[in-house]
Amino acid sequence: MASISRRKFLGATGATAGAVAAHGLFPSVLRAQAEPLRIGCPLPLTGPFAALAADMQRGAQLAVDELNAKGGVMGRKVEVLFRDDELKPAVGAQRTKELIENQKCQFIVGGLAAHVQMAINEQTKKAKVLFISTSQSDEISAKPDTSPITFHEALNPTITSRVMGTWIAQNLGKKWWIIYADYAWGKQNNAVLQDTLKKQGGTLLGATPYPLGSAEFSAHLPKIQAAKPDVLVSVTPGADNIAYLKQARSFGMDKTMKLAQPLLWISYLKEGGPELYSDIYGSINWYWELQDTIPSAKKFVEASMKKFNMPPGDYGAYSYSGVLEVGRGVELAKSTDAEAVANALRKSPVYDHFKGKEWWRACDNKAMQDMWIVKGRGPGKTKGDWGLMDIVAKVAADEKYDRTCAEKGFV
Amino acid sequence: MDFSLAAVLPQIFTGLVLGMLFVLLAIGLSLIFGLMTVVNFSHGALYMLGAYFTVFFLGYTRNFWLALLLAPLMVGTFGLLIERFLIRRLYGRSPDDPLLLTFGLSLVLIETAKIIWGKIGLTLDPPRELAGTVNLGFMIFPAYRLFVIAVTIVVLFGLWAFLTRTNVGLIIRAGSRDPLMVRALGINLNRIWLLVFGIGCGLAGLAGALAGPMRGAYAEMGVTMVIESFVVVVVGGMGSLLGAVVAGILMGQVVGITTYFAPKAAEIMVFVVMAVVLLVRPSGIFGEAGLAE
Repeated sequence: MASISRRKFLGATGATAGAVAAHGLFPSVLRAQAEPLRIGCPLPLTGPFAALAADMQRGAQLAVDELNAKGGVMGRKVEVLFRDDELKPAVGAQRTKELIENQKCQFIVGGLAAHVQMAINEQTKKAKVLFISTSQSDEISAKPDTSPITFHEALNPTITSRVMGTWIAQNLGKKWWIIYADYAWGKQNNAVLQDTLKKQGGTLLGATPYPLGSAEFSAHLPKIQAAKPDVLVSVTPGADNIAYLKQARSFGMDKTMKLAQPLLWISYLKEGGPELYSDIYGSINWYWELQDTIPSAKKFVEASMKKFNMPPGDYGAYSYSGVLEVGRGVELAKSTDAEAVANALRKSPVYDHFKGKEWWRACDNKAMQDMWIVKGRGPGKTKGDWGLMDIVAKVAADEKYDRTCAEKGFV
Repeated sequence: MDFSLAAVLPQIFTGLVLGMLFVLLAIGLSLIFGLMTVVNFSHGALYMLGAYFTVFFLGYTRNFWLALLLAPLMVGTFGLLIERFLIRRLYGRSPDDPLLLTFGLSLVLIETAKIIWGKIGLTLDPPRELAGTVNLGFMIFPAYRLFVIAVTIVVLFGLWAFLTRTNVGLIIRAGSRDPLMVRALGINLNRIWLLVFGIGCGLAGLAGALAGPMRGAYAEMGVTMVIESFVVVVVGGMGSLLGAVVAGILMGQVVGITTYFAPKAAEIMVFVVMAVVLLVRPSGIFGEAGLAE
């Protein structure tokens, strides 16, 4: 006859009761033991974009903290895993594959350089993982490169160069020379700038490509100096921007022409200092002083000040928003399936994480967003460590600045 | 496209500064190779250290001139340590061994620089006195770059005087021709090798220190420079100091002038020139047959 000793019975009962009590007392602890939601984040942590990548790392971390503080996404803790793509497409693809296959990341948010981000996108499409790109590129949201599960949070060359190019032609001068980094993003900007200049009735004196990641611009400068343009428009991303401005200024070009560029980045303004960036014009997706007027910006800046003792930058804002959109999409879809989340985001396209209202355009999953035209504050005019730019104008989000759905290959 | 001298002259002048950096790097490589047959792959990393040490000493002393003096000395001293404790152990073995060692060392130095000074890189300004521009008549040119040309000429002259007018210089030249005979005369070549390696590394440090205010300091800054400098050494002739000077200036011009006509081809042209030179003169412009075999 099967029997159970009194001692064993009491022990088992006690353990069960304990477990039930623990479940009642610490539900979140137990739930946290469920598989965390993992977001992979490939970024060029080394090389000329390292400062921007570090900013993006902080942004993504803040978003994860914010989601976890709310109890996670669908009760699951959120984790973000960073990988160095070394600014090389092959490495970006390999790291993404590793994040998806070995680390079981269900979402990829990241990418910074256009050509690397395209390689990341190839992997996410293949693995059917939702990708929110935080890089500037025209093609990431256009056919044939894009996909229904590829979203694009950042601005793109068409938008920035159309908006900024028009502003430059109307305010700084119509005889231009363009110097641009010879890779996807640089070439796209160059093409849009030339087109914009033509529409504004300006004259292009010349356009010079240079290899991305170059620290030596001097061989390009004498020819530009001799051509005497009104404006030297530079598409010199990352650390190149500092090297380029230093050399252009050392050749005295700031005195004989205006220096402008489609984009400014606060990380490089901070690194290069106010003297270098004094009166340099560019556009930007976000600037921390917007906290004075935009509530979501204020919340974002406060979180960053608390954790990192510095305000977030323009590109950190992209990754912050990208990670929060993953959280919002999963909650909306009640699923982590890429297509379900993508459909949910397209169905409720409006969000506001850091800059006021943004929305996903239905055809191409492109984020439509406000942008600002800014100018470097000179020495003595800065406010604190990070008050490095004056806002010159606001350009409200409008689909007309991007290529149309038809132009991007959607019928 | 303007083909006149007035258009190309500024380009030639700009190329001259690039050439000066190549000369400083290549002459150190050539000096080390000529005497010790060591292919020093850590030369680019030492160039990088030169730039970082300049930033460091500038922060410490607040005096650019002092920093410019101390940084190459520091890199040179570091070179002495490399020779004494690493390379010396490999003498008598295959020439591949020091090549692999210095290549590995360069990777270690680059990663260490990232740990110490960060991945982002640092910027460095020329001193106030040299921050402005000079009107040369045919172009406006940065004063600092004129200074770089002047320093290089002074250093080259000093090196030439050292090698041709001093006893140590005589031993170095003799040692590169016939080490066995020099040893037979009772001269301790180990000390000479140590000194030459230190001088070569110091010159790389000087190139980095001079480049810092133009290009900033960052961990990977030597990676392409070392390749281009090797091209210069090969074009000039392995081990030939005159070759390093002539080829260095030539390569600066190749980059400068190609950039004017076809900016995209500037990087490739350096290698095209090397290929052409090697086809015509397999041991380089001033190279002696046999030395690099």
